[in-house]
Order: sequence, then structure tokens, then C-alpha cells
Amino acid sequence: MTTQNKKTEPRSITLPVLGQVTRRTALKAVGATLGIAAFGKAAQPMIENFASISPEEMFQKHYKELDESERDTVLKRLETQSKEEYGVDVTIRDLPPLPGVKYGYAINLSVCNGNGECMRACHEENNHDRDSNQSYIRVLEMQQGSMDMEKGTTTFTHAVPAENKFYMPVQCQQCDNPPCVHVCPVEATWTEKDGIVVVDYNWCIGCRYCEAACPYHARRFNWQTPNVPSEQINPDQGYLSNQIRPAGVMEKCTFCLHRVRDGRLPACLEACPTGARVFGNLLDPDSEIRWVLKNKRVFLLKEDLGTQPNFFYYFDR
Amino acid sequence: MPTPPQTSSAYELEHGQHRHHVTYPKFLWKCFCAATDGGPLFYAWMIFLTVVTLVGLSAWSHQVTEGMAVTGMSDHVSWGLYIANFTFIVGLAAGGVMMVIPAYLYKDRNMLDVVIVGELLAIASIIMCLLFVTVDMGRPDRFWHIIPVIGRFNFPLSMLTWDVIVLNGYLLINLHICGYLLYTRFQGRTPKAKFYLPVVFLSIFWAISIHTVTAFLYSGLGGRPLWNSALLAPRFLASAFVSGPAFIILTLYILRRLTDLPISEKAIKTLLQILRVTILINLLMIVSEMFTEFYSGTAHTASARYLYFGLHGKSALVPWIWSAIAMNVIGAFLLLSPKLSKKPSWVQLACILVFFAIWIEKGMGLIIPGFIPSTLHEIVEYAPTITEWKITLGIWAFGLLGYSAALKTTVQVLRGRVSVNT
Repeated sequence: MTTQNKKTEPRSITLPVLGQVTRRTALKAVGATLGIAAFGKAAQPMIENFASISPEEMFQKHYKELDESERDTVLKRLETQSKEEYGVDVTIRDLPPLPGVKYGYAINLSVCNGNGECMRACHEENNHDRDSNQSYIRVLEMQQGSMDMEKGTTTFTHAVPAENKFYMPVQCQQCDNPPCVHVCPVEATWTEKDGIVVVDYNWCIGCRYCEAACPYHARRFNWQTPNVPSEQINPDQGYLSNQIRPAGVMEKCTFCLHRVRDGRLPACLEACPTGARVFGNLLDPDSEIRWVLKNKRVFLLKEDLGTQPNFFYYFDR
Repeated sequence: MPTPPQTSSAYELEHGQHRHHVTYPKFLWKCFCAATDGGPLFYAWMIFLTVVTLVGLSAWSHQVTEGMAVTGMSDHVSWGLYIANFTFIVGLAAGGVMMVIPAYLYKDRNMLDVVIVGELLAIASIIMCLLFVTVDMGRPDRFWHIIPVIGRFNFPLSMLTWDVIVLNGYLLINLHICGYLLYTRFQGRTPKAKFYLPVVFLSIFWAISIHTVTAFLYSGLGGRPLWNSALLAPRFLASAFVSGPAFIILTLYILRRLTDLPISEKAIKTLLQILRVTILINLLMIVSEMFTEFYSGTAHTASARYLYFGLHGKSALVPWIWSAIAMNVIGAFLLLSPKLSKKPSWVQLACILVFFAIWIEKGMGLIIPGFIPSTLHEIVEYAPTITEWKITLGIWAFGLLGYSAALKTTVQVLRGRVSVNT
């Protein structure tokens, strides 16, 4: 001990059971007890939160490791959870990619007038959080004569189209060389055979590295549990697309996977009133998207980054 | 460390055995007692740190239950105070290597006596780093997903997996070195070189790797022009070798004041000399970066313009970065001045200044502006919330708590007051 204690014998007190105990030790014991109690109090909400997660959910395997019956069990469990939380009967399907298909999406910037119906349709189709008016699409109002997004804006409330402006909706480009997939430490995001980059919401750990890596602002994080009123829930859901995501995980545009793998079109395309959007199978030589790529002057966003998007932009002239 | 007195127990000397199963638990228990015993100032300090830690834990509980919306982060600025501190503290951990190199490579006797201070700092720092990463995760309950074999480990593609390996490896390396040296001193034996020297030399290279890998996390992202620079890794190392030695110099002065651990002036002088070089390298890199960003005036410089001068009326970070530059320059001047740097109080002031300067530079000066403007050129600013500050200070307090406890124990063991015979 240091020269602090001048007495030769430490002061002691007699306690029941423990007998002779120095005052210092007694104080330390009291301190430790208080400390442990305070620790328990501080950690309690978190421990309760962890305890509320069922073991099946806690130890669920990665999507790619689930066999068919395990997958069915997961889907049923999620459907039941949805019913319990929202009182809505939902169907969560896990549609496989269609063979011989690679999706491509194109937007005619001469036709898009910035009306934003695509954003609204995405918001409703994909069970987005209502409070933040979330959508996977952001429409930029760009300056005529410049492709520099620095001169563009996403916050415009005037009537469209405005003079000397053109409009460019940006959403996930479903890149062939996706930086988001490369950086994910747990492989929670990957490219499917039909080119769609998906997220396993039950595997994602929420580190948000993919959000930092994406050059197109395509990824969204669930900063809290999304607020979707029961009557507005879209019950036609896909496991890898628009099932209601929990807090703390990433999500992104999936080209409405639950629709397109069923032979339908993405919600944004159906909602577009100007007909600016073109979607289809890049591997089908007779598809509209292939016609656009062949006959229109098409460009890629941030092509120099080498991400190889499957999303194309073109003008009529 | 100086040769310890040969005071092995009679039983061991006679039988040539080591009763580790008896001695080691005794060692751990004695260390725990040493770490929880001291004077009123020690108790006040440790209780204060414990209180702050518990406040942080409570705030983290709140964040886990309410969701990360309680922070100031957004889809635009998706990494904030936690990752800023993580980045800075990895640098602190690496900074300890600036003691290890003179001590072991060049057999500097004076540095050898105190090198453990830097190695213990590495342990405390890595633990803080792991905590910062954990509180930044959206789903900490899914931590096991990142464990190799049990989870899915995206190695070698994801730089985060490299970081997991190098950070945990560095923690184990330093735990081994400090643990082994303290345990042998506790036993009253000379440490056997073959059990720690190879690990020490490994730690020199490993220290460089931890900060290089952390820099690569950012510099590999093509979509973030502020980070996508070849200079980032060298800059990280340079600033780490400023913040690390600065913190260690301050710690050594405090230890000299409060304990009887012999700290030679030569050890401090060596660190000071290292600091003089690294602070200049760091300043040079800042100048190089500013020139490259602003001379060409390309669109890629929008983040730098936002940081240093403000962009489209948004300028929240401007006072921070210029304060950091000012503190760096003043600190450099104080450290380089032949007259002033002879006085401990000026050296201590300089160390405090450059420590905070690097903290700002790496945090608010790098992580945050990397996200502003966003990839679609939107400007959404970021300010941490009270919850974020509580958690951040809580983790710092926990790290300092561990570091103080470790130093307390180390002093007792090295001075022979805690040994197998007491």
C-alpha cells in the first residue's frame, strides 16, 4: 500500500456471519453491490429486448443455407408474426429467379416530367415507413445542359415540369459489379441469378458498410421499426423484397422481385403516367429493353466507377 | 524490464516445476485486488469512470430498444460519432508501436522500462474499438453472424472482415505480451525470450497493419471521393503516430506524478523526438490533400469544399476543421521549439492540443464529410444526439477504467509489491 494509511492496523468492524472485516473491505463490498445493481438497471431494457427475440429467429441460418422445409418454416413464422403485430393476413412468398432472365431497366429522360408517381407507388408497394415517407426512388431535378448532379436537387415542390429542367429518377442500379455486395462482412447481400441484388433481412447485422459503399444512394436503413398502418399494408409480399422489415437492418429496391418473378412489372413502372420507364429481360433479343439499348443513345450513371449498372438512361434526341 | 530478483518459491526451485494451476489464479486474484485498491484520488477517479460507463450503458440500452433513430445519423450520413471514435482509437492502439520499436528493436534500456504502458494502451484501445463497432451495429443480437465458421465471413472480399481479424489479433498479441511479462514478474522469474520476443516483433508489423486495413475500409470506396485517395492509409498512420505518442507522454507524466514507477526522462525525450517528426509529416499530408482537392477544382472536391469552407450555405464543420488545424500547428510549434519543448508543461499542453486536433481531424474532419454531399449530391448535415454522446463517453470511460486498473496493477507488480510471495 502507499503511504496513505498512517495507522498500523486497518480499522475493522464486526459483521454478522462475516466476522472481522476491515472498514475498507466493507465499503468496497457495498460499492460493488451498488455497482452491480446499477449495471443491472442500466442493461435491463436491452436484456429484455434480446429476450423477446425467439430462439428460431435468433439462430436462423443464412438464406442460402436454408433447405426448402426450413424456408417454409421461416415464411410461416414471419406470416404469423405479421398477423400478430398488424392483424393482417399476409402471404410471404420466396419466388425463385426465372431461368434465362436478366433484368434491365431504362428511363427516357425526355419523357419523365418529375411527377413522382413512381416514388409514391414504391412507397405503397414495398410497405415503407409512413413517418419518413420513405421510397427507394429519388427523383432529381436537373439543370438543362448539365449532367452534374451538383446542379440538381431532390427537394422541389413546384409544379412540374419546370422550365429549363429535366428529371432523373435514381434507384438501385442492380449493378453487375456491386460495391455493396463486396463490402458486406456477413454476406447478407448478394446478386441473384436474374441480376437483382437482394438483402436477407434476417441475416443483416446493420453495420451500414453497404450504405457507405453504394455510389447511388440506393440503400436504406431501418433506423427504427417501420410504421405501416394495418389497412395500408400490401399483403402480397416476398421474402427477399417487400416483407415488413424489422428495425436495424438494410433494405433496397429489388425491382419488385415478388412481382417480376411472377411475370408482372415493377410498381414504379405501372404507376408512371408518362410511360418513361422500360423494363424487361436483357437476355431476350425481342424485348423492349433490348430495343432501347440498340436504338437509343443510352448512358450509365457514374459509369467511370465501374459498377456496371443494369439501369440505363436515354434521351429521345 | 530490469532483471527481477530470483525469489521463486522453495518448492519450485527444488522440484523444477511450475505450479501454474495454483500460481495463475493467485496472480489473477492479486491483480484484481491491486486494481481495486488505492488512495482517495484513485477511488474518486474509478468511481467517476464507472458512473459515466453506466450512463453510457443505459443510453445504449435505450438505443437498442428504440432503434438507431435516437442517434443523429440518417441515410445520408450513415456513420457518425461511433465510427469516428472507432477510427481515431485504432490509431491510438497502433501508436504504442512507437515505444515497442526503440525498446525491443534498438534495445533502448530506458524505453524498455516503460514500454508496457504503450502495450496496455493497445489493449484498452482495441477493447474500446470493439465496443464502438458493437454500439454502431443495428442488430447487435446478430453479432455471431460475423464469426468465421459459425456465421458467414465474407473474407477476403470485405475489408471489414480483414479488420475483424487484425484488430482481434492485435488484442491477443498484446494480451499475451503484457500478461506473460507481468506473470513472470509476479512469479519472480526472468521471462523467457522465446515466449514473448517473437510476438513482440510480430506486433510491430501487426500495428502497422491494423491502421492500414482500417484506412482501406474507406479508401476502397469509389463512390466516396473524399476517402478514395491513396493518401488515406499513410495519413492514418501519420496521425496515429501523433495521437498515440502524445497520449503516452501524458500518461507517463501522470504516472510519474502519482506512482513510484521509475520513468526515465530519456524515454519521454525519445517519444518527443518521434512526435516532432510525425507531427510534421501529418501537417505535410494535410497540405498535400488541400492542394490536390482545391487546385484542380473538380466535382470530386465537393466534400472538401463543404468541410473547409462550407457548401451551399451549409458549414457546420468549418469551425471544427480550422480549430483542428490551428491546434495541430500550435502543437507542432511548441514541440519543435528548442526552448519551450524543454519545459514539461509546454510539452504536456502540446500533447493535449495535438491529441484533440487528431481526434477532430479523423472524426469530424474525415468520416462525416465523406458523406456530405451524398452520392446524389444532397447536403444533409449531421450532429450527434445526447444519446450518442452518452454512449461515446461511456465507452471512453470504460476504456480509461480498464487502462487505469491495468496500470495500477502493473505498477504494483513491477515494484514487487504484488508477487507470488506476498
